[in-house]
Amino acid sequence: MLGPSGSGKTTLLRLVAGLETPTSGRILFGGEDATHRPVRERRVGFVFQHYALFKHLSVAENIAYGLRVRPRATRPPDKEIRRRVAKLLELVQLSGLGRRAPAQLSGGQRQRVALARALAVEPRVLLLDEPFGALDAQVRRDLRRWLRELHDRTGHTTLFVTHDQEEALELADRVAILNKGRIEQIGTPDDVLDRPATAFVAGFVGEAVRLPVELAPHALRIGGQAIALDHGLPSGAAALFVRPTDLTLAEPFGDNRLTATVVSVRRRGPARRIELAIADRLPTVEIELAIGRTVHQGQAVHLRLLTPRLFAS
Amino acid sequence: MSVAVQSWSPSWPPAIPKPGALPGFGITFGFTLTYLSLIVLIPLAVLVWRASGLGLDGIWRVATTPRVLAALETSFVISAAAALVNALFGMIVAWVLTRYSFPGRQPIDAAVDLPFALPTAVAGIALAALYAPNGWIGALFEPWGIKIAFTPLGIFIALVFIGLPFVVRTVQPVLQDLDREIEEASATLGATRRQTFFRVVLPALLPALLTGIALAFARAVGEYGSVIFIAGNMPFKSEIAPLLIVARLEEYDYAGASAIATVMLVISFAALLAINLLQAVSRRRMGDA
Repeated sequence: MLGPSGSGKTTLLRLVAGLETPTSGRILFGGEDATHRPVRERRVGFVFQHYALFKHLSVAENIAYGLRVRPRATRPPDKEIRRRVAKLLELVQLSGLGRRAPAQLSGGQRQRVALARALAVEPRVLLLDEPFGALDAQVRRDLRRWLRELHDRTGHTTLFVTHDQEEALELADRVAILNKGRIEQIGTPDDVLDRPATAFVAGFVGEAVRLPVELAPHALRIGGQAIALDHGLPSGAAALFVRPTDLTLAEPFGDNRLTATVVSVRRRGPARRIELAIADRLPTVEIELAIGRTVHQGQAVHLRLLTPRLFAS
Repeated sequence: MSVAVQSWSPSWPPAIPKPGALPGFGITFGFTLTYLSLIVLIPLAVLVWRASGLGLDGIWRVATTPRVLAALETSFVISAAAALVNALFGMIVAWVLTRYSFPGRQPIDAAVDLPFALPTAVAGIALAALYAPNGWIGALFEPWGIKIAFTPLGIFIALVFIGLPFVVRTVQPVLQDLDREIEEASATLGATRRQTFFRVVLPALLPALLTGIALAFARAVGEYGSVIFIAGNMPFKSEIAPLLIVARLEEYDYAGASAIATVMLVISFAALLAINLLQAVSRRRMGDA
């Protein structure tokens, strides 16, 4: 579940867990109505952004907690609990740290303990609320890959909440894009990136810039410039969403060129980012440029629009 | 008598702290020692010195007379009972004040401090009037043959009264800062509310609760003003040790008074030390030490 802050991702996750009560609607677990089930009977594995480990218990006892609080009839014997804790510690690659206190672990290690604790109760669904939100970039990347592998191995149905697109698109089989408490689109990462269902999705995913444009039959007008385009939309005002890969520098001759001025040139990763102004009143757009080519600030350039992402407004 | 409670570091040998962001370990440590000596240690030393005129066996003789023993037992047993009752009810009050918002919360919160502010003699007179056989509350118990004022039960009530704020005020901030997510985590792992409270919330509150108990106990042991009005002060029954000390002073028996005071001092110190050690253990288990 991906969306900007305040879009309701966490609330939705907490509704699924039973930590919040819905005012309307139902929550189904594999076809079974769980709307009125108390949290502890839902068997969900919840992982919080700030770990929420029990500070007074050792790492091993944190993991064992869900088994120890079971009623006597279903509680595994002590030896079995210890065996399962050891197995989970191994699964989250923390073997040998079972006797440490949570305060003695790094952030990434703590979050893995929290995950092991959630897995210990054999949850029907794993709910992760921005689990890597409090960690630094390098640890995030490592944990993300590790979590994907773990998921493939254990096969738990997992709901993952994040505001980080890269994380969502890399981890998820299906992405739900949320905005203002509503789901805008559910689809594969390819769906939401290449076939956005709404203007919001088009603007939110993939660093897009929204440009106001005017549509005429077979033509698109943008900031005083016009290009021919078969857009198939009714004439009138519309929004064009431009990602850094949607525009490319072009030779000045030929049809359907836009002209723009270079505002700034910055190095970003293996390429350069060029910030361009198509017209004075419009937001600037960015494109990627290979290192071999050079442009200068203030230079006029010609652009070709590769992928028009248009939504009537 | 009021007793400062500090936590004891479990590490040994103690390391001299490295200079932090704020310098001045030498000056502040020196100041602390001098200040503590002037305000706490020297007066207590004089007390012991006064008593030492009797010699160790002299002190022992004074302390083991039946009347003194009875008074010491009354003081310490009832203080401990009052501190434990305050632990339970103080925690409930702190819980209600931090977890729920309701009209009148602010005035109730402020009222918790009244036992601090009131002159203890005023509290004693008010309590005695209320719990006397013809008082509002005392009259309710009279038909059942239960006497509250002028019995050990009255002492207990006075000590609960003056000790309440200590537990509330030590537990309240910790409860406020307690991460609600650990309770939610406990619930998602299948724990009942009861299990969540006893396995997750209470251990987190324990260090603060122990501090509160220690303070309430220390205050109760030293309490004089409110107790003498409601206790009835009958030897062997409802006579507290501080009263006995005052009685000895009025008879110009300074050595005897000092002897009883010294015994109280030793017992109080041992009790507070024990609570502090318990606290250090529970802190260490929280990973803070």
